[in-house]
Amino acid sequence: MPVTFKPLESYRDDFSFANSAEAIRRFPFPFAEDSYMYSVNIEPATPREPGSVFAHWFDIDEHYLSEMAERALVLEKDPDRCLVMPHMAQAAWDTLEMLMEHLAADYPEHFELRREGSDWLWINRPLQIEQRFTFGDPASLPCEPLEYITRQVQGDFAVLDQRDGNLYMDAGMVTCPADWSIKFDAGMSFTQWHAPVPMAHQMGVFERALKYLLNIQVDHPVRRLNWTMTINPRLDTSSETFHEWGHERSQITPENVARKVHLRVELQFMPRLPRSNALLFGIRTYLISLEELASNPAWACRLHRVLRDLPEAIADYKGLSLYRQTVVDWLAQFDPEAVAA
Amino acid sequence: MSAAIEVRVAAVRQLTPVVREFTFEPLQGRLPGFSAGSHVVVHMPLAERTLRNAYSLLSDPTERGHYRIAVRLQDESRGGSRFMHEQVKEGDRLQLSPPANLFSPSSQARRHLLIAGGIGITPFLSYLPELRARGADFSLHYAFRGGLTDAYRQQLQAELGERLSCYDAEAGCFLDLPRLLGEQPLGSHVYVCGPQSLIEAVREQAAALGWPASRVHWEVFAAPEPGQPFVAQLARSGKRVAVGSDFSLLEALEQAGVEVPNLCRGGVCGQCDTRYLDGEVEHRDAFLGAAERATHLMPCVSRGRCGSALLLDL
Repeated sequence: MPVTFKPLESYRDDFSFANSAEAIRRFPFPFAEDSYMYSVNIEPATPREPGSVFAHWFDIDEHYLSEMAERALVLEKDPDRCLVMPHMAQAAWDTLEMLMEHLAADYPEHFELRREGSDWLWINRPLQIEQRFTFGDPASLPCEPLEYITRQVQGDFAVLDQRDGNLYMDAGMVTCPADWSIKFDAGMSFTQWHAPVPMAHQMGVFERALKYLLNIQVDHPVRRLNWTMTINPRLDTSSETFHEWGHERSQITPENVARKVHLRVELQFMPRLPRSNALLFGIRTYLISLEELASNPAWACRLHRVLRDLPEAIADYKGLSLYRQTVVDWLAQFDPEAVAA
Repeated sequence: MSAAIEVRVAAVRQLTPVVREFTFEPLQGRLPGFSAGSHVVVHMPLAERTLRNAYSLLSDPTERGHYRIAVRLQDESRGGSRFMHEQVKEGDRLQLSPPANLFSPSSQARRHLLIAGGIGITPFLSYLPELRARGADFSLHYAFRGGLTDAYRQQLQAELGERLSCYDAEAGCFLDLPRLLGEQPLGSHVYVCGPQSLIEAVREQAAALGWPASRVHWEVFAAPEPGQPFVAQLARSGKRVAVGSDFSLLEALEQAGVEVPNLCRGGVCGQCDTRYLDGEVEHRDAFLGAAERATHLMPCVSRGRCGSALLLDL
């Protein structure tokens, strides 16, 4: 069934963002067990059931128009959220080609790509774009190619140069990060930008994950889910804007917890960029309020147990400590064991 | 395991008495794109078993309609190069694994020094369009035996002019590695592909001159060396796999229906590393450190010792 887009909603100020019943149904709930610990939870990104967030390489959903408007807002204030170091120019074109090919093939009612040699025509119906350009010639596009295409695709994108047995954050479009910054991480290696994560290093998680990522082959992408929590449906929780959202974590009460606290899930999708050998690291973010999530009581029960038993170091790193107990108390009503006790 | 790509052999060219070039076209759809330095693994259905050998893609990465590889007939072939030379004809169908790249030109190099020995020229043929498009500073040093392993000499002389230096062993002309590496400016990266002896010589010379390891890139695609036969016992599945002397452990496992993730099949990428629980191992890889070797081995090249049973965590 073709995806239909909701009218514009906001991820800031009045926070009018909300999920439809269908968006809740397809939400990528990340917990397979009643407890959570870091692991190398990377799997081959084989397509799953139609309609699910795993059906296509790049998931477009009902929030498309709103998310693209939000990205434009962020870029207007802070154009440096899109970074392309000079040696990443080819990887930027690679990304543009991959995104256009897949969107046109997977959502033909919305996107269309016509190619004759290097003369390309790109049609994006929802955003009313019809762009003729010469593939490989940046002057034929209104802006740099990575910025051009990622202004039209949901989710953040880091583009990683592969060299010296590591991956380097040398390009990206990052307007909805979960408390990090492309400007801060620019040029860092995979090992460096993961340095602050607690516990996982001692478990060897990053060494194994890096080895896995370095060996990704063309046309055989992998994916994993990551998660954290966010107050309000705010997409732009970047380090740069911490002063706008950091204090909201101290404002959670038993009365507002269900509406304000959101589970934030990242569907990370990593394909090899064929021509440049760079690795694309897509971070597609899904937000769901506790209230919405509890419409599925099994999810609410499991989330209760996960958060209740989450190691302190992980809760701190994810920034949950100020309000975790309030969330756990509210979720307890959905856990039969907790209710009985 | 990655799904194979079905291709048709579109052209075969005999370039020298021992080098044949093959052009592949997709049976349907488009071939996946690839980057300079990539290889594919060709599945070769021999009578008694399927061999899988890795070959560099030597076509221009911007040309999307076909792949090209070149195969040198090996004197001590286990059957792979002989099959490619004697059996494969235009119109035949073959299966390839998708492109992977373990030998990519560095984005940080100020100067690229390419050193090829014989058939080791192949990955550099895909480098050249890439380096030219980047406007990169590079030179290619090509050592061969004239009339035998100099498959792309004339083409390269015409294309590269002064950027190419040839060393014909038949004419008594040899690479002077100490001088060549010694005169490179700081920030140069060296890439070498060819026989093991050439790779060793370049790595040793670069180390002696104080080049950081991150500026020395090498790729070897040697078929696994034969060894003594041995038996592998699989702890989880309970299977027992006999490994013949001209099979690698990885090949024997595949033959027994046990798939192990793999890419280079030559002991360098680390993808196939497998835990073992007991037995003596003859490690032949260039990936695992001494500590890791106590518990892991790379079945694409390494073997159990004859007479000792190897217990794998599979």
